[in-house]
Amino acid sequence: MRHTLAVLVENQPGVLTRVAGLFSRRGYNIESLAVGQTHEPSISRMTIVVDGDDRVIEQVAKQLDKLIDVIDVQDITDVEYVDRELVLIKVNAEPSVRGEIMQIVDIFRARIVDIGQRTLIIECTGDEGKIRAIEKSLKPFGILELVRTGKIAMVRGPKYEEEKQ
Amino acid sequence: MRLTGAEIIVKALEAEGVEVVFGYPGGAVLPLYDKLYDSPIKHILVRHEQGAAHAADGYARATGKPGVCIATSGPGATNLVTGIANAYMDSIPIIALTGQVALPAIGRDSFQEADITGITLPIVKHSYLVKDVRQLAAAIRAAFHIATTGRPGPVLIDLPKDVTVAQAEFEYPPQISFRGYRLNAKYNATQIYQAARAIGESRRPVLYAGGGVISSGAAGELLELAEKAQIPVTTTLLGKGAFPETHSLSLGMLGMHGTKYANYAVSYSDLIIALGARFDDRVTGRLDTFAPHAQVIHIDIDAAEIGKNVRVHYPLTGDVKQVLRDLIPRIEVPQTKEWLEQIQQWKAEHPLAYTKEEGMLKPQYVIEQIWELTKGEAVVTTEVGQNQMWAAQYYKAIYPRTFISSGGLGTMGFGLPAAIGAQVGRPGAVVFDIAGDGSVQMTSQELATAVQFKLPVKVAILNNRYLGMVRQWQELFHGRRYSQTDLVDTPDFVKLAEAYGAEGIRVTRAEDVRSALERSIALPKPVVIDFVIAREENVFPMVPPGESITKMLGG
Repeated sequence: MRHTLAVLVENQPGVLTRVAGLFSRRGYNIESLAVGQTHEPSISRMTIVVDGDDRVIEQVAKQLDKLIDVIDVQDITDVEYVDRELVLIKVNAEPSVRGEIMQIVDIFRARIVDIGQRTLIIECTGDEGKIRAIEKSLKPFGILELVRTGKIAMVRGPKYEEEKQ
Repeated sequence: MRLTGAEIIVKALEAEGVEVVFGYPGGAVLPLYDKLYDSPIKHILVRHEQGAAHAADGYARATGKPGVCIATSGPGATNLVTGIANAYMDSIPIIALTGQVALPAIGRDSFQEADITGITLPIVKHSYLVKDVRQLAAAIRAAFHIATTGRPGPVLIDLPKDVTVAQAEFEYPPQISFRGYRLNAKYNATQIYQAARAIGESRRPVLYAGGGVISSGAAGELLELAEKAQIPVTTTLLGKGAFPETHSLSLGMLGMHGTKYANYAVSYSDLIIALGARFDDRVTGRLDTFAPHAQVIHIDIDAAEIGKNVRVHYPLTGDVKQVLRDLIPRIEVPQTKEWLEQIQQWKAEHPLAYTKEEGMLKPQYVIEQIWELTKGEAVVTTEVGQNQMWAAQYYKAIYPRTFISSGGLGTMGFGLPAAIGAQVGRPGAVVFDIAGDGSVQMTSQELATAVQFKLPVKVAILNNRYLGMVRQWQELFHGRRYSQTDLVDTPDFVKLAEAYGAEGIRVTRAEDVRSALERSIALPKPVVIDFVIAREENVFPMVPPGESITKMLGG
């Protein structure tokens, strides 16, 4: 089963290597890892998607927690969270098919961020399902390049009504 | 007060109470060595950096204080790697200081440059590459804190040469804390109560003690618990000394070369109380048949150990000593009379034993004699292999920090430098390195260190002119095809000892063992005793790899 881990780490050189190294030397495969600074400049946050059964993930989380530079580890798989990925897709776009591509872009609420003579670059954000869907929709035109950021995720806050109580 | 980086390091080491460091100088650490020249800190010059790391490790195990080793950049630093990995696997607090090329030269494949922080990443508890002299004092303070608290382990500090000559104000932080390094125990009163009740309800309990009992100083609490509740105690290799092996409740060591009665006890128990032990594969054998009827209480400071290898019913994350102090007053005493009778029967039926043969010097006899003579008062280190397992079986450890062996990594060549470290830390003790002829050749150059610093270690070589343990496996599992394990041309260890200025004694007959040992102890200098033993003696009992621990060969 795929798990999503939210990991707060000290924003210091070498931290990413320590975290990634921990996964690789124990034979766990990282499916996606996104990292960036938080609103607190000394802290970075990693969103790590890793595949494994519950025992394996529990062990991964405990090993992560042991790293001195890791401040907090949460397995947010089973809680409600919002997640996003960003993808840039360079697609074949002869003038004759541009209209069709622009319709697809509209449907996915994506954006065209570059126009070349025979290509378009499309930017799209969304959860994994949406990213997969736009990729599939654009495939028939011929995808030349594709780059994804990896998933970032944030647990939803308490519901408005819950907070009022 | 402005000091150079090198002066800051020395001041910081003094502030940490460091009395001795083990090391080997070189270009990148020259500024540090220059300042050490004026310091009261004693420096033990080893003959290979691996020796420095193992000596620091042995010192730490023998004294309970962190060990410190120093190496220069590049090959000096990489030579520490085995010793650092060894300390990591056995959770030993050492601080490794490595020289590094100057900051502008880093990353240019400069002369004697190695990315030692990168190389050691998987085998340290934490590491620092100090790029700013103003952060040096805090890094050293943090390193000692991290190495010695929680689950202990090695910390590496990489020191670019220009950082050690730059200057900064010396302010040693009185304390240090990290957001991500919490040492809070994770158990509550209910969990203690539940574990206490499980003990009271058990009928066939076993205490299974590992190195964590020794590092947390919990031997007294373990003895109290065992006696109060009348529960037998088995220890791991690293746990030897946590419980007196002369005690009637002692089962000795368990696992691959454990006693039959320890393995039976664990296999038929209904409750295992694991203390600072990690259910290593050499202990459990085949996991799916390990202690099939037992519930497990696991007390460990490292939450990641709990549930890693076996299912745990009562997890208690915390320092063993503290947890036992909470637990002992609350336990209900179980009815173990029948269980202890059963164990007595197993002990009587399956004692540790070997056959004595006329004209053959048996290694087990040599170790029995070392024990008889020293009565468990010596500090024993071991090399790795058959010598180590015979020592574990026949040397009855009584006190913590008196049996020092490379468990997790199984590092050949560990014993002699570890003995040197132990002797430095406990100058009044009789220190024996129980060695094999193969293993001791990996670091035998450290005899020079022992001689130079007048460290009277006794190296008892169980010389069978084989890589004995590998040969044993070849005999049992590879049809006696002794591929590359015959060391028929081992050196003359008596002459080797003499070449270094140590004393050499050769013993070929059982009747000469005792007098040779007595003579070695009486001599106030390093002594190598070459015990020429039966060539194809095996270590029994033995659990074949991957088997259930009840399926023991021999013994």
